[in-house]
Amino acid sequence: MSEPTKTPFYERHLEHKGKMVDYSGWNLPVQFEGIIAEVLQTRRQAALFDVSHMGEVLVKGKGALAFLQRVLTNNIAALQDNRIMYSPLCYPDGGTVDDILVYRYDEASYLLVVNAGNAGKDYEWFKENLSGEAELENISPQTAQLALQGPKSAAILKAVTGAPVEGLRYYHFLPRAEVAGVDCIVSRTGYTGEDGFELYCRNEDALKLWDGLWEAGKPHGLAPVGLGARDVLRLEAGLPLYGHELSTELSPLEAGLGRFVSFAKETAFIGREALMRKKEEGLKKKLAGIEMLGRGIPREGYPVKTGEGEIGWVSSGTYSPTLDKSVAMVFLDPREAVAGKEVSVVIRKKEYPAKVVKIPFYRRG
Amino acid sequence: MDWNVEAGLKYTKKHEWVKWEEGDDTALVGISDYAQDKLGSIVFVEFPDPDTEVKAGDSVAVIESVKAVADTYSPVEGTIVAVNEVLLDQPELLNEDPYGDGWMVKIQLAPGQDFSGLMDVEEYKAHIIKEEEA
Repeated sequence: MSEPTKTPFYERHLEHKGKMVDYSGWNLPVQFEGIIAEVLQTRRQAALFDVSHMGEVLVKGKGALAFLQRVLTNNIAALQDNRIMYSPLCYPDGGTVDDILVYRYDEASYLLVVNAGNAGKDYEWFKENLSGEAELENISPQTAQLALQGPKSAAILKAVTGAPVEGLRYYHFLPRAEVAGVDCIVSRTGYTGEDGFELYCRNEDALKLWDGLWEAGKPHGLAPVGLGARDVLRLEAGLPLYGHELSTELSPLEAGLGRFVSFAKETAFIGREALMRKKEEGLKKKLAGIEMLGRGIPREGYPVKTGEGEIGWVSSGTYSPTLDKSVAMVFLDPREAVAGKEVSVVIRKKEYPAKVVKIPFYRRG
Repeated sequence: MDWNVEAGLKYTKKHEWVKWEEGDDTALVGISDYAQDKLGSIVFVEFPDPDTEVKAGDSVAVIESVKAVADTYSPVEGTIVAVNEVLLDQPELLNEDPYGDGWMVKIQLAPGQDFSGLMDVEEYKAHIIKEEEA
């Protein structure tokens, strides 16, 4: 394995005593103060995440929309300028390539934000399926990204920009805004279940952006937060993670993301037939939530049972600091995925009681 | 070194400590500062039933942190005579005070106990450095 890539924020992570790990080929902090403290920090105040590992791809040209309609399952034709849409993308057999965000500048110009671990594979997949008048540009290597999340994030951002960030609505973006003297894309998005923003800038401006946000954040208790807490936050908020809830074997339908699969749109997107067949035949498994009734943490791969036998497995699980109990996303036989149903999780050969609950586990008040 | 290695204790390669003084017939067992730091925020601890007899290397507790699950292995042979029940409600003590309030089990030592396989402070520090370099 080659050395993991450092992001432009590497030295700041070391200054804040981040524990650095190799994540999808990137050298990133898994934690700073501690996962529990960082989760609560994000829910109560504000958190700064280095998410520069995310991949960014520009799609441009007259044929851009037609291309996106074909490779993505969601209906990109319904997306308006300066707005963002979430969409899975599938293989012909319905398995998932990735799940991404699509930023629309105008009808002929889009920014795709893809998962770090899938970035190379996605780009190849896009290239393979490119047709007509559309061009791709991979801008990941020169792009840094920060996520500012938590109830104080709007107040912090407002302090370092004249751009109308407070009025920016959820899943809307400003294509160009000056933040702390840096030219950025600012979107009201995130992966934590809190209010917040994601900011994209050029690598060479990245430290200036971090430092500006950091100074502005001090009076609001801003803290750097690592990947460990990010995973707990997204799980509490019921957000899927590729490789856990979505994979080449798990389609968006099984992951409960049917509302992002547009069978009604005019273009026959890749995977449509297979997904339609799955839908008509009835799903064999379905994503559900469980919470533990006592001790024990359900972790990925642990079996879920009832008195009659095994009914599914854990795809992501954790202790939730926000709820002070352990929760998990699980794939269950759809007949068993009924809220309130008592089940058990097999943890180190012992069964621990749990019950089926609705996702998300946490919703901000 | 970023981690505290408490003086006067003996240590295992798997980062447990034993507190035993010449003449004692019991020993206290816990995990090192290095171990708690590697595990991160600890949220549950489970102990075996009291009076369980253990050999060196047997599990004497299971520790669950947000990110990982780990066994604590007995460095000695004997019978568990007490477990730190405070940890059941305050598992964070393992993170905060691993050599003090975060002690885990008390073991009545089997006769003829041999501590020569355990590490002293300097040996354990060298062991941590080696693990960090790996």
